[in-house]
Amino acid sequence: MNQTTGVITSLSQQEFQAQHRRSRMRHTMRRGGIYLLAIGLAVWILLPIVLIGSMAFSTPADVRAFPKQIIPDPISGETMNFFLNTEGILRATGNSIVVAVLALLISTVLAVPAGYAIARYLFRGRDLIRLGILSVRAFPIVVLAVPLAVVFIQLGMFDQVYSLALMHAALTLPTTILVVASVFTSVPYELEEAALVFGCTRLQAFWRIVLPLSIPGIAASAILTFVLSWNEVFAAILLTITNRTLPAQILYTLDKSGDPFKFAGGFFMLVPSLIFIFFIRRYLFSMWGQLNK
Amino acid sequence: MAEIQIVNAVKRFGKFVAIDDVSLTIHDREFMVLLGPSGCGKTTLLRAVAGLGMLDEGYILIGDQNVTYLPPKERKISMVFQNYAIFPHMTVFDNIAFGLKMQKASKQVIKERVENAAHLLHIEAMLDRYPGAMSGGQRQRVAVARAIAYDAQVLLMDEPLSNLDALLRLEMRAELKALLSRLNVTTIYVTHDQIEALSMGDRIAVMQSGKIIQVDSPTRVYDSPADRFIGSFIGNPPMNFLRGQVQTENGQVKVKIGDLMVTPSLEMQAPLRAYDGKLIYVGIRAENMEALPEAADDTLPVTVEVVEPLGAQNLLTIIIGLETIKVSTHPDFPVRAGGSLWLRFPVPKIRWIDYETGKAITPDLQQVLA
Repeated sequence: MNQTTGVITSLSQQEFQAQHRRSRMRHTMRRGGIYLLAIGLAVWILLPIVLIGSMAFSTPADVRAFPKQIIPDPISGETMNFFLNTEGILRATGNSIVVAVLALLISTVLAVPAGYAIARYLFRGRDLIRLGILSVRAFPIVVLAVPLAVVFIQLGMFDQVYSLALMHAALTLPTTILVVASVFTSVPYELEEAALVFGCTRLQAFWRIVLPLSIPGIAASAILTFVLSWNEVFAAILLTITNRTLPAQILYTLDKSGDPFKFAGGFFMLVPSLIFIFFIRRYLFSMWGQLNK
Repeated sequence: MAEIQIVNAVKRFGKFVAIDDVSLTIHDREFMVLLGPSGCGKTTLLRAVAGLGMLDEGYILIGDQNVTYLPPKERKISMVFQNYAIFPHMTVFDNIAFGLKMQKASKQVIKERVENAAHLLHIEAMLDRYPGAMSGGQRQRVAVARAIAYDAQVLLMDEPLSNLDALLRLEMRAELKALLSRLNVTTIYVTHDQIEALSMGDRIAVMQSGKIIQVDSPTRVYDSPADRFIGSFIGNPPMNFLRGQVQTENGQVKVKIGDLMVTPSLEMQAPLRAYDGKLIYVGIRAENMEALPEAADDTLPVTVEVVEPLGAQNLLTIIIGLETIKVSTHPDFPVRAGGSLWLRFPVPKIRWIDYETGKAITPDLQQVLA
């Protein structure tokens, strides 16, 4: 009856074609909707970043002008220069780097053995410890920071770069432990057993097999610690006065400074995080993929 | 060189007894297969020998050394893992050399042994590659090469072929057997694949629920299973078990299968006499029954339900009374579904089995000798 294949016999040729077109239209609309949503979200996140970046490289006069330009014209280092030469900024940058690196080291060195224990050993109370680690993260930083400031003053550790690093390490440790644990879990235990059979002690098996395979994940979580410490303001303000980190310093001087300073400061804060996230994004995705499993 | 003795081994996981008082001796240079369904404790036993899971009770001796509580590296063992466990961050060469490097062998020795092992497994061309870019079959070869390059007295294999596809498995099976027969190493090979066990082992230890229920040569395990479980676990199709009744006629013990009277062999007369008047199982393999197109003496007339041509043979499904059995015939044997044929039960091929315990009824050795 019908020469064409793939046609439902209860419908006429025209009816079938019309139905097919309608259904394809709906399909296109659905896809279009999702793309629209995604584009909207991307613009929502990216526009401020682009704006901050463009303002940071405009002349101070252009920064104050309205409407703002998306691509700076002329491109100028004047605004950034002014920011970087402001009293205390370079010193605060140095402090920030020291605090972030220290926090990263402390948190990673503690998280690796802890994460390994959680990943590999079935010990009594393992789930409780896991929960305990998570609940530390739930502790509001406000509640933690004030008594900590008091303790630090009593111990003579107040207003020290390393005491702030301790605080940041404590803040990131729970997440780091759990992330590192999930990284270790993803290394098959059979590999470790093979190492044991072929002449390794437990420590050698960890060092030669598990660690090399986990380095990307551990590095990713370490960098996450770095970024968190780099951006952290509240504890930084409470625990330091003369040894301010960059965000604390900027926040402190924010209300006394003009728009060019704010944009330049914002851009300067943003860059390290962006660079790091760009480099580790592959590991972050794979890590979180495993976490969701 | 290295005999392995497992003595009264017990391993528990909480309340679950994974290995239940197992004793087994594997002779020097023997290829021993541990065969059983999943969860029977075969892998647990292998891991205990490897030192990857310590026993709760009992001993394990390798050579003249008590290794029961030694860590794996002090046991002079080598192992092929089920998922290969080759190190993804090392080249094939470094993977094969890993154990030798840990033993601090000289560069010369390492190179020699790695190349030799790679040559035996036909992976010489891949020594510089990383495992990530290799197929399952190639990884399998790397895992075996690593195990044989390592200087060990004992080779342990945990279902090494189970992750390969069917064709590759067939190929590797023969290759592995040829390879191992040249190596002269004591081997324990764990598998749940009865064909693998039959085709590769010098002896097979069949395990069930944490116990070893039969240790014998492949032919013995296949032809004379120790109980009903082994008969139905090993062989495809499984062994047939028909109900038979023991009767005594003129002082001679006979077994009635359907309407057919079968006279057991001379040495079975005495042990079967104890079952006089009782039911037993008559175990017989599908290929051991003789199918005849017409009536003859000592045959049982039956009706064929299903005919399955399998190429090399035809597999017939036949119902006798309430029981279904499988009979295999030559593909040229004239038969069709619904047709009739006559079955003969060759007495030497029959395994008599206790109805209640499921254990094979065996002649009392001392009486036979006397």
